[in-house]
Amino acid sequence: MNIAASPQRATEIQNMTRSDTPLVRFQGVRKSFGELEVLKGIDLEVKSGEVVALIGRSGSGKSTALRCVNGLERINAGELTVCGRTLHDGKVDLRDLRQDVGIVFQSYNLFPHLTVEQNVTLAPRKVHRIGAKEARELSDQVLAQVGLSDKAKNYPEQLSGGQQQRVAIARSLAMRPKLILFDEVTSALDPELTGEVLRVIAKLAAEGMTMMLVTHEMAFARSVADQIVFMHQGRIWESGKGDMLEDPQTPELRQFVGNGL
Amino acid sequence: MFGLTIEQIAFIFRGAGWTIVLSLLGFVGGTILGLPVALARASRRRSLRTGSGLFVQLVQGIPLPVIMFVVYFGISIGGYDVPALVAAGIAMTLYSSAYLGEIWRGCIQAVPKTQWEAGECLALTNTQRFVFVILPQALRIAVPPTVGFLVQIVKNTSYAVVIGFFDLTYSAKVINNSTFMPFTVFTLAALIYFAICFPMSVLARRFERRLSRS
Repeated sequence: MNIAASPQRATEIQNMTRSDTPLVRFQGVRKSFGELEVLKGIDLEVKSGEVVALIGRSGSGKSTALRCVNGLERINAGELTVCGRTLHDGKVDLRDLRQDVGIVFQSYNLFPHLTVEQNVTLAPRKVHRIGAKEARELSDQVLAQVGLSDKAKNYPEQLSGGQQQRVAIARSLAMRPKLILFDEVTSALDPELTGEVLRVIAKLAAEGMTMMLVTHEMAFARSVADQIVFMHQGRIWESGKGDMLEDPQTPELRQFVGNGL
Repeated sequence: MFGLTIEQIAFIFRGAGWTIVLSLLGFVGGTILGLPVALARASRRRSLRTGSGLFVQLVQGIPLPVIMFVVYFGISIGGYDVPALVAAGIAMTLYSSAYLGEIWRGCIQAVPKTQWEAGECLALTNTQRFVFVILPQALRIAVPPTVGFLVQIVKNTSYAVVIGFFDLTYSAKVINNSTFMPFTVFTLAALIYFAICFPMSVLARRFERRLSRS
């Protein structure tokens, strides 16, 4: 396939070469569900290689903001650019976008009828049309990345929650995304299993993967994220480096951190 | 045996053979037509949902013997003389496709929404997502109610007697007319129906248990 043939790819490659161009850019993004406005003007940039943690109470809009990035939710106003594609003009090819943007869900959402290896390779085989041998190598590689090389032939139900979530991360990695979204990926896990998933995410961060994560793990956010974004009532209330959690500027964040730690 | 000759019993069993033939016709035809009905019922396109919904409501709102009559006499009005087997087969196909379509629609929709979303987020096309993610899971859910419905098909083939189709009910009636032993004859017919249906009920229940365990 000639990648330069697609105009979208071409602009994207141009954008990539300019390192100052952010991978994700929210500009005044608004989103409503019926009468309820859940995002009330979000401005946010995520640069290539950056890890951004979205924190805040339930209902603060953080998950919605994340789901806008891969087009699971469509924004109502403002501008949203992701991996060189504009998501606000209704012209984006979502399948094309999702080859660059992976997502990992709270409830893993593995395919229960497929083995771990089949879960990981389904999309690369069907979307990228890779062969069986290449698929096996890809599976070995991404499963090694999440430390589950010995589970390729198992079915999801035979794995622990933490292992299932690591398979979900591997499934996302197998598409070779430029950006991975993590939507409260440890919220369904008990503390013991949370650690193994967070270690995998921290490793990916260290390897330079661009990530946006909605999380309730404050200590983790502080140690891994380059940028922490505290959302409150559909707005970005406060944002900054990891140390902002030690010195909250607003009473809302102070209270949130007080409860969270 | 029970006052019936071997020939008379064999005659009844010949009817039972045709009951099985008509059941198979109804099931195969119902599957071929029922699958598109299920897909249309679960479709995102409103026109498909409405159209298939009308078909299902229509068939479910008419008693099966009346469908048999309408198909049988409808075809003969068109100037074609069809054997009762063909008319009964068409009627059974319509009947079972409407019910199987609804059963399978439920199975497709029973696959969690998060599975659709996961497939979508992996950049699969709608068709790929349906074939590789949704359908295999829906099929597993579909096995118990489908086998259970087979029992309904077998029992309801007896309505084909209204258009003179030679099945188990018909053959029993013929033997009764010549022997005047209605209780014996129809008890035998009942036992044969039961012998065909009972194993399927057991099978359906076993599939259901296996599914609920996993």
